[in-house]
Amino acid sequence: MTTPLPPPKRKDPVKRTRQPTLPPANRSREAQGLTAMAAVGRFALQTCTACGAVQYPPRQICGQCLNDDLPWQDVSPHGLLLAETVLHHSNDLFFRDRLPWRLGVVSMNAGPSVVAHVAEDCRQGERVRLSLGLDRSGMAVMQARPETPSANEEDDGQLRETTFDPKDRRVLIVDGKTDLGLALAKAFGAAGAREIYLGHAEPWKRSPKLAAAEALPNVNLFPLDVTDTDSVQELASLLGGKTEILVNNSYYLRQGGAVDRFDLNTSRDEMDVHYHGLLRLAGTFGPAMRGRGADGAHGATAWVNVFSPYAWVNNPAFGTYSASQAAALSLAQCLRAEMTAGGVRVVNAFVGPLDDEWHQLVPPPKLEPDMVARRIVDALKDGREDVPIGAIAEEMAARLAENPKELEREIRL
Amino acid sequence: MSRQRQGYDDIALCAPVTIPYTRYSLRSAHWFCGRALAALLESAGLRKTDVDGYCISSFTLAPDTAVGLTQHLGVTPRWLDHIPMGGASGVVALRRAARAVQAGDAEVVACIAGDTNHVDSFRKTIASFSQFANDAVYPYGSGGPNASFAFLTDHYMREYGATREDFGKLCIAQRDNALRFPYALMKRPLTLDDYLNARPIADPLRLFDCVMPCAGAEAFLVMTQDRARKLGLPFATLSSTIERHNAFPDDPIQIRGGWAMDVDDLYGLAGIGAPEIDFVQAYDDYPVICFLQIEDLGFCGKGDASKFVREHALTVNGDFPFNTSGGQLSVGQAGAAGGFLGLIEAIRQLTDQTLGDAVENARHGLVSCFGMINYDRGLCSSAAILGRSDA
Repeated sequence: MTTPLPPPKRKDPVKRTRQPTLPPANRSREAQGLTAMAAVGRFALQTCTACGAVQYPPRQICGQCLNDDLPWQDVSPHGLLLAETVLHHSNDLFFRDRLPWRLGVVSMNAGPSVVAHVAEDCRQGERVRLSLGLDRSGMAVMQARPETPSANEEDDGQLRETTFDPKDRRVLIVDGKTDLGLALAKAFGAAGAREIYLGHAEPWKRSPKLAAAEALPNVNLFPLDVTDTDSVQELASLLGGKTEILVNNSYYLRQGGAVDRFDLNTSRDEMDVHYHGLLRLAGTFGPAMRGRGADGAHGATAWVNVFSPYAWVNNPAFGTYSASQAAALSLAQCLRAEMTAGGVRVVNAFVGPLDDEWHQLVPPPKLEPDMVARRIVDALKDGREDVPIGAIAEEMAARLAENPKELEREIRL
Repeated sequence: MSRQRQGYDDIALCAPVTIPYTRYSLRSAHWFCGRALAALLESAGLRKTDVDGYCISSFTLAPDTAVGLTQHLGVTPRWLDHIPMGGASGVVALRRAARAVQAGDAEVVACIAGDTNHVDSFRKTIASFSQFANDAVYPYGSGGPNASFAFLTDHYMREYGATREDFGKLCIAQRDNALRFPYALMKRPLTLDDYLNARPIADPLRLFDCVMPCAGAEAFLVMTQDRARKLGLPFATLSSTIERHNAFPDDPIQIRGGWAMDVDDLYGLAGIGAPEIDFVQAYDDYPVICFLQIEDLGFCGKGDASKFVREHALTVNGDFPFNTSGGQLSVGQAGAAGGFLGLIEAIRQLTDQTLGDAVENARHGLVSCFGMINYDRGLCSSAAILGRSDA
């Protein structure tokens, strides 16, 4: 059993907040392939199409037969922990701050030996299960865990550096007034979030969903309108230094394209919520969260954007909406790069059509908000950063990887 | 091997020189290599123009290589080599130089290894050591070679029952040798208590299991025995050499080095066996790798090095003289010069030029080198058997 993580203590205001540092991020182009696998939660290594040999570390030429076709394929994550060490000294500031640090060599069933971070419950000479995580630099790393998941596994201090576990953390859900907002509040509560801040625009308008959310334990409502810079700034000055996970779930959905519905006002509203809304949140909450990226085991860890998969490819039935989502996604890539400096990770969830009033005219499959919220929390616990949710998003991701032109031509309601 | 290997009968190794080690230096690697060349010329009574071949090893010459060094030092060789093999570079340089001299491509080859150590240079070296290390080792705790050898040591201890006391005995014997070697940076005796209770670095390794990076240079000359006699230079002879890279790639973790593949060839060409060896200079950045060499070079079976070390005295006047100048563990690791340290000491022992104590009646010495943890194991191994010139 992993030693349970003690709940956060009250912060000593005199003590200096630990400055964010990052583990080494220097990787070859080949090794970035591993990061692409970790980002979507796959355990895959390069596998030779000619001789089948599994390769590690990543490379461009098969170490067995010199073939150069080495696609990434899912492989068995199991292996034997052959050797271990606990470092009491490191040449890198990130690890120096976190010593002692446990490492090992795992001989994989798939063939290669890998150097891995080793979780508390693993024993030398015993079988282990490897997983790929994204470290604080956003780079893929191998992690050895006990072969069968152990109690409190997610509390392991080293693992927690590569996951964004909501347990004992404070979460801001930007839009609490929607079905998804309520579902997120429930899911984060179930995952052990310490406090849940629920934003809602137009505080004079009450709704049954807000009332239901407010009745949940550890949930508090705060006025927040992402289209109003003053409102965002005001809340950031109140909560920016406490928010450890921010979930930007605001959205503004109207049907219509550019020719069939020429409507600048709607398109301005979409941009104001999706693009400028994200920009306002980034400019106000971003600096505070980035500064707390290394603030102990419960420091700021992740920024979640809930996007539509139409951010990838425009769906003309929601033409201007898709365009504003694409703009927001582009900004999220910028945000990811900037937040990485503080070790805070940007997670983009791509959610297919929800089963709510704004998707009334959209044919099924449509997603239950509760399921979407659970999938977002799972992605945080696993440490994934690109998260398609639902059959439509998953199918679009696969079609994009295969033939983007086909998707562009065929995408319809 | 179908073709008979040619011997090294006419080869002379002479003029062993050391540029004294310092923990840190403001000098560049160019300075250390240049002063080593000056020391070689002075010791051999040669002019720059008499040396027509150079073989250079260094980690800290960058952005230069041996090429840039020729202009820097104002030399015009007709034969030039740069050996990027770190700890294995000594014997490899010797092999290259000996064949060049035998073939007549060069008359006198200066083999030089030198490195500087600025305050932050070791960290920079290991932070970009190799592509595989950058991608798959350094991001895991950034322990550098300490972590890599901790894995090998941990596995070796569990597999073969070696104890910390066994490693300690070797380190203490080397320190004893070093106390009489003027260039050793470690000048205090080491007790088992000191060794066992030193600051932990990377379990099971503690402070005295780890070499100390430093600055310094080592160099020697390779020429024909004829030439050495004409110059009046004492020389050691060369009986045999081996080299191997990426041996046993299918071993899931390193328990043996390339020596195990080539040991029969090593003794076969020399015409002698392990019992005839009077002293061993082994690569010793961490004690476990000494154990592997003692096994792989035929002094005992696989896994028996602990027993061997318990049963023998490893000091210079013991029954198994081992790293007689103190080795890198006590002298310091001057980058690539660490790959020359044992070879230079062997030449000194066999030419009666020791700076510390001499091994009595030493006629055959074995030098073994190891280098370059590219990912999870050291890739380069080499070894040579040297003799006394009247042997």
